[in-house]
Amino acid sequence: MASSQRPLSPHLQIYRPQITSVLSILHRVTGVALTAGTLLLTWWLVAAASGPGPFATVQGFLGSWFGHLLLWAFTFSLFYHLSNGIRHLLWDFGWGFELEQVRLSGIAMVAAAAGLTVITLIAAYVAAGG
Amino acid sequence: MELRSSLSRARGLGSAKEGVHHWWGQRVTAIALVPLSLWFVVSAIGLMGADLPAFQAWIGSLFNAVLMVVLVAVLFYHAWLGMQVVIEDYVHGEAAKTTSLLIVKFALAVMAVACILAVARLAIGA
Repeated sequence: MASSQRPLSPHLQIYRPQITSVLSILHRVTGVALTAGTLLLTWWLVAAASGPGPFATVQGFLGSWFGHLLLWAFTFSLFYHLSNGIRHLLWDFGWGFELEQVRLSGIAMVAAAAGLTVITLIAAYVAAGG
Repeated sequence: MELRSSLSRARGLGSAKEGVHHWWGQRVTAIALVPLSLWFVVSAIGLMGADLPAFQAWIGSLFNAVLMVVLVAVLFYHAWLGMQVVIEDYVHGEAAKTTSLLIVKFALAVMAVACILAVARLAIGA
């Protein structure tokens, strides 16, 4: 086949990770993680519809240290995917394509995601323990 | 002017002309999910450690039940579109790709129906 003789672009391992590429693949990683998180959402709602026993089991699981760890991870994934999603929507409007703008919006997006996660965690612990 | 060869036309391969619909679906659901997911996070904070009567009281409000059903529908459609792109990009080989797509899409559809029926059952007060 003639097509197999074409020159290949360098493989992924060749490139030094850049902020643009790392943030881009994290958008997909968080998207897939959040899709897995829909299992938890489904369990929560179905358990609530099933009765006090199943619902107490879910709430107990979510209240455990592992449940908290999962919820922290999903909270950050959600805010990351949300912030970067807004960044993507701005690109769809043709805004912010200069390299420096892409770098700055990336940093701003990560800062926003981290800030929103911290605010949510504080609010959650104040609401639960207050 | 027709730029495709006669052979290419006869085979009927090429664009399925669904890409634009997929692209718009992803964007429209993304925009809808901005307020919906923020509402969900705020609601979830209030429901931390809640017992079933407290949860039933919350979902028993028509406002919350409607938003939850809308969130579930939009979220699962967004995940459906996104997972499709991820699988198509990374799973090579037609058999593995088609199998993964079917499993993920069936699972997402079943979970969406389960969530919506659960909310309906709670909201109607079964």
